[in-house]
Amino acid sequence: MSELDSLYQEILLDHYRRPRNFGALADPDRAAEGDNPLCGDRVRVEVRLDGERLVEVGFTGTGCAISTASASIMTELVRGRSGPEARELCARFQSALTGGGGPEALAELGELAALGGVSQFPMRVKCATLAWHTLRAALAGGKAPVTTE
Amino acid sequence: MTVSRAPTVTKAVPRLDPRALREEFPAFARRGRDGRAVAYLDSAATTQKPRAVLAAVREFYEQHYGAIARGVYLLSAEATGLYEAARGKVAHFLGAAAAEEIVFVRGTTEAINLVAASWGRANLGAGDEILLTGLEHHSNIVPWQLAAAAAGARIVVAPLDGRGDVPLEGVERALASGRVRMVAVAHVSNALGTLLPVARIAELAHEAGALVLVDGAQSAPRMPVDVAALGCDFFAFSGHKTYGPNGIGVLWGRRGLLAAMPPYQGGGGMIERVSFEGTTYAPPPQRFEAGTPAGPEAHGLGAALDWLSAKDRTAVHAHESALLATACAKLSALDGVRLVGTPRERVGAVSFVVEGAHAHDVGTVLDAEGVAVRAGHHCAQPSMAHFGVAATVRASFGVHNDEDDVERLAVAVGKAARLFAR
Repeated sequence: MSELDSLYQEILLDHYRRPRNFGALADPDRAAEGDNPLCGDRVRVEVRLDGERLVEVGFTGTGCAISTASASIMTELVRGRSGPEARELCARFQSALTGGGGPEALAELGELAALGGVSQFPMRVKCATLAWHTLRAALAGGKAPVTTE
Repeated sequence: MTVSRAPTVTKAVPRLDPRALREEFPAFARRGRDGRAVAYLDSAATTQKPRAVLAAVREFYEQHYGAIARGVYLLSAEATGLYEAARGKVAHFLGAAAAEEIVFVRGTTEAINLVAASWGRANLGAGDEILLTGLEHHSNIVPWQLAAAAAGARIVVAPLDGRGDVPLEGVERALASGRVRMVAVAHVSNALGTLLPVARIAELAHEAGALVLVDGAQSAPRMPVDVAALGCDFFAFSGHKTYGPNGIGVLWGRRGLLAAMPPYQGGGGMIERVSFEGTTYAPPPQRFEAGTPAGPEAHGLGAALDWLSAKDRTAVHAHESALLATACAKLSALDGVRLVGTPRERVGAVSFVVEGAHAHDVGTVLDAEGVAVRAGHHCAQPSMAHFGVAATVRASFGVHNDEDDVERLAVAVGKAARLFAR
């Protein structure tokens, strides 16, 4: 597979074209906004909690294929997990993209593996992690928008 | 551009040989992600460096390096001589009246900040207006906002039309307030490629009692520039966009204006006499060059201007204009591709979007095909907002580009358009 085909896999393009859980939640318990000043991408992540557990996660905003697909996959992956579990997943994802582990380290993360190709394009890692940083900020309850810079 | 205006004299414009020129750039020996030489279409952001410039910088460090205007020894004298010779080359390059009108700065951004801060401090007051246009780079917006805030002055804007031109009526309307003290305009838009009629704008501004600063970051590398013919009062450009080193740039200002301006930064080299009771300042340009001067960078810039001028800047303009015309035609012909900005006269760059695709995704597809472009807001968010887009892809040209580069661009953009078509 070429670098390009491994980056823009069909799973990723599908999440970009038909993002899951795209839209504002009716009654979110937590929310945060994230900015990528480099490209002007902006995402808002909203979470509904049942105790520690994330029962619903939605996102809104505009972004590239990578940031949109990453946000879409994230909303499905973290649903039903506890806050600490979601944070741990976020950390594993981040280190897989930047630590050189590549697709292998992602293999156990389900559809997130489709984002493994991003590790070959360092300028795009921030696109892939924007929604995840924003989720972490939402769970931490911070008020200031997070930024990739 | 191929024939001079004089009725009886025609002057043939020499043609550039981009393939031979490419050999002069060591950077083009390396390969891109696709294993081929990189099709470098990002000269509007920064230019690659010809060997002549790299050699000049190296020669300065190896043969003539010493403190400029500070030592009594041979190396210092040589370094000082080369630094001042570079100032002379810049003056010649711009058609300036004297080398003393050339201030070395870090780049266009610092040049504009210098004028906004220094001229602004001495001349702007409450209720005064600074006129910008709708296509300015952030570096010709934010320094004026800072100066306006400090003085209680206001920013007014001559708007863009649907093509990405700045109609003169908008300039006239803004000037009619009688409160505009400074008109700060790009010569060429970095994001849209629009060539602005700055000579006419300067006439209008002067009739209204305002001064004119021209941001020449995009025009200086691409076309003949003569500050006397433009009729402006300040002109700024960057070395790194003009095939020269990073960290060096130029502010040209009329001698009388510079002489009346207070210092921008304080430090060594810009003084006549310092005591704790008070300090007197050196005349321009030294007054505005606090700190140890960037000698090797200035020398490298001088080499770059020599190198570029030897190509004939009219020929450079003609060469890049022909490539741009081809690029615009090929991109427009692709399904799902739309040009952003269709100015009447275009220099250097073309911006476009691909339906259904974010500019960064298109940029990444192009990268994978060995085509280097800029994707983003180009530090011109108001221009992007005018066209209702967050970001565009921009292809921009240099002397070393040829029709093959344009073809590779079109093929790669076509590939991106198919990939992201819904």
